[in-house]
Amino acid sequence: MCMNTTMQTMKETGKKRIWADYQKDIPDDHYFFVRSCIRQTFFPGSEQFFLNFLRSIGKDIYEDPEHTTCTGIGYHGDVVPFDTIMTVVARHFSQATAKGYRNIAISCVTSFGIYSEILETWKHFPETLEKTRESLFRATGREFEVPEYIAHASDIIYKYRDEIAARMKYPLMDQYKGKPLRIVEHIGCHYAKMFPKYGFGGAEFPHVLAGMIEAWGGEVIDYPERRHCCGFGFRHYLVQANRGYSVANAKKKFESMQPYKPDLVIANCPGCTMFMDRWQYTIREMEGTMYGEGGLTGIPVLTYEELAGIVLGNDPWVLGVQYHNVQSDRFMARMGIPFDRDMKFISKEGERLSEPEGLMV
Amino acid sequence: MDKHVVVIGGGVAGLECAGRLGRMGHRVTLLEKKESTGGHAARWYQLFPDRRPGSEIADYLHKLANHPNVTIITGLGVESFSRKGEGFHIKTGGVDFIKADVIVVATGFDLFDAAKKEEYGYGIYNNVITSAELEDMFRKGEILTTTGVEPERVGIVHCVGSRDEKTGNCHCSKVCCVTAVKQAIEIREHLPATQVFCFYMDMRMFGPYYEELYRESQEKWNVNFIRGKVSEASENINGRLVVKVEDTLASRPLRMELDMLVLMSGMVMSKSGADLAKRSGLATGKNRFLAGLDHHYGTNKSAIKGVFYAGACIAPMNITDSLSHARGAALEVSDYLKKGIDS
Repeated sequence: MCMNTTMQTMKETGKKRIWADYQKDIPDDHYFFVRSCIRQTFFPGSEQFFLNFLRSIGKDIYEDPEHTTCTGIGYHGDVVPFDTIMTVVARHFSQATAKGYRNIAISCVTSFGIYSEILETWKHFPETLEKTRESLFRATGREFEVPEYIAHASDIIYKYRDEIAARMKYPLMDQYKGKPLRIVEHIGCHYAKMFPKYGFGGAEFPHVLAGMIEAWGGEVIDYPERRHCCGFGFRHYLVQANRGYSVANAKKKFESMQPYKPDLVIANCPGCTMFMDRWQYTIREMEGTMYGEGGLTGIPVLTYEELAGIVLGNDPWVLGVQYHNVQSDRFMARMGIPFDRDMKFISKEGERLSEPEGLMV
Repeated sequence: MDKHVVVIGGGVAGLECAGRLGRMGHRVTLLEKKESTGGHAARWYQLFPDRRPGSEIADYLHKLANHPNVTIITGLGVESFSRKGEGFHIKTGGVDFIKADVIVVATGFDLFDAAKKEEYGYGIYNNVITSAELEDMFRKGEILTTTGVEPERVGIVHCVGSRDEKTGNCHCSKVCCVTAVKQAIEIREHLPATQVFCFYMDMRMFGPYYEELYRESQEKWNVNFIRGKVSEASENINGRLVVKVEDTLASRPLRMELDMLVLMSGMVMSKSGADLAKRSGLATGKNRFLAGLDHHYGTNKSAIKGVFYAGACIAPMNITDSLSHARGAALEVSDYLKKGIDS
């Protein structure tokens, strides 16, 4: 009861005003896609869904096989200097230029933050743009145009959220209770905290994932540590001695959201999706604490594409939702989605794959 | 007596300047865009540092300006003015223009829109209010949360929209520190069981008896002062506010539950003043307030001969300084009227 009262008394009009202040143009078509190191490795079905979905609605999205990492993990880990990462990103832009694309669709929030930082740097310090042009030309003989638009992949799904809602087979409703499913949205820090104008809804009350949840019938949970970092934090995780700090940040978030009884977490950042999932396993192993329903099940953490995919009725095992540590079986059952658990780890060729250990079911 | 002075703005500075000029024998018209005069001070329950009611200052000003030489027109905003011969034509929201030989701009300040500091959740979370809204509660004699109960813990955030590069306001609004001290004491007087926490960057007790009030707030009223900025506010499952603060004296982060959060909204250039400046060619400074001719001895003068400034349209000021500045403007106007445009 208390929880519902809180939800009702919070002033939605204030949020709507902020959301209206932070709108941005997203191009309709012709995207140059840049992948995420983490996403294509750990949950590649998300990026594949993104490409398939856009192509299914007749959009042109191009992927260059010679595209590389943006080196963002190295940059934020203090091993790649800014001049270097500007040149690497300039190479990405040169690939887009060569293929005639001016709109960049970015899969990773770290990359999105880096692209934003670089474009802002070039805007405010034009000499750095010239220096980057020289560095790239000297190193590769390539030239580039500065893109007209950069959009995060979640921006593009947000743009088409109503189209997805119109084709939705399984809305975000608890079939047992007849109520909206309660969903935590977690936004990667580098999506809009550095440059609020680059994010739908700004930095404090982003709308990019909340808008999807609302459009697909769910209820967004606002909890005290909503804006807190997931704990990845690059050096917090990458330097082994700091990992306790990384886990502690994730734990802080879970402790804060647990009283709201969330059914699911969705995130738009590769690191957040991975660490909010994996650290639940770690916390259980470290101290025996579990979150989720009755403190027994864990809270599944999905990407927004995986969520879009399951509401549209895609096969969850093709989307790859089983490759997160906390399994989404209960969540999908509540949505009324039929699935066969035995098919979780069967390859396309019908071969039985080895099952990951320590899954939280 | 044949010369006509138009004062734009009927707040503290405008009323003081108009009243003083009237008493000096000049014909004055005061134009106020709102339906009543008195400005921000009229809204204030009590004033620092002596805790006199704000209405006393309003009474003083209305008596001063209630002079046969002074005509007060309310509900009439000024859009722009332009030079006509040695005088001016003033374009108002009315049907015709008003002729003036001298203009005194006393357009004052606006309170910073606290919703722009999105991290504090003003307009989103219940029980996040501004200092001005707390004054309204004091005047009603009821300090209550939105659920109608007396708050047990109240936080006060200093420097909201002041000394803040992110909002483009590098200036100090000067009066917020002492306002916070005054309001903290008033909360404790009204609600003796309520704890009050002030989150500050520096305590700037620049005026006479301000420091004493600050000391009293700690010794007599047990107000807690924590040096650090609030990084964000949110609401927990019980509807209680949760703030995160860095306590820079203890060198540790702090997380605290509160029933009410009061934001000390700073002073910014008034929108009407900014529009007037833009349309009429008045210079503004980096802080967006009107720029006087000289920072030390010419703060009442604009670069346009015959146009003068009074009060917080040039920079944040307390009431005392606003009154003094308005008297200075009256003196400059009187001097100008004696010597003419070639002075």
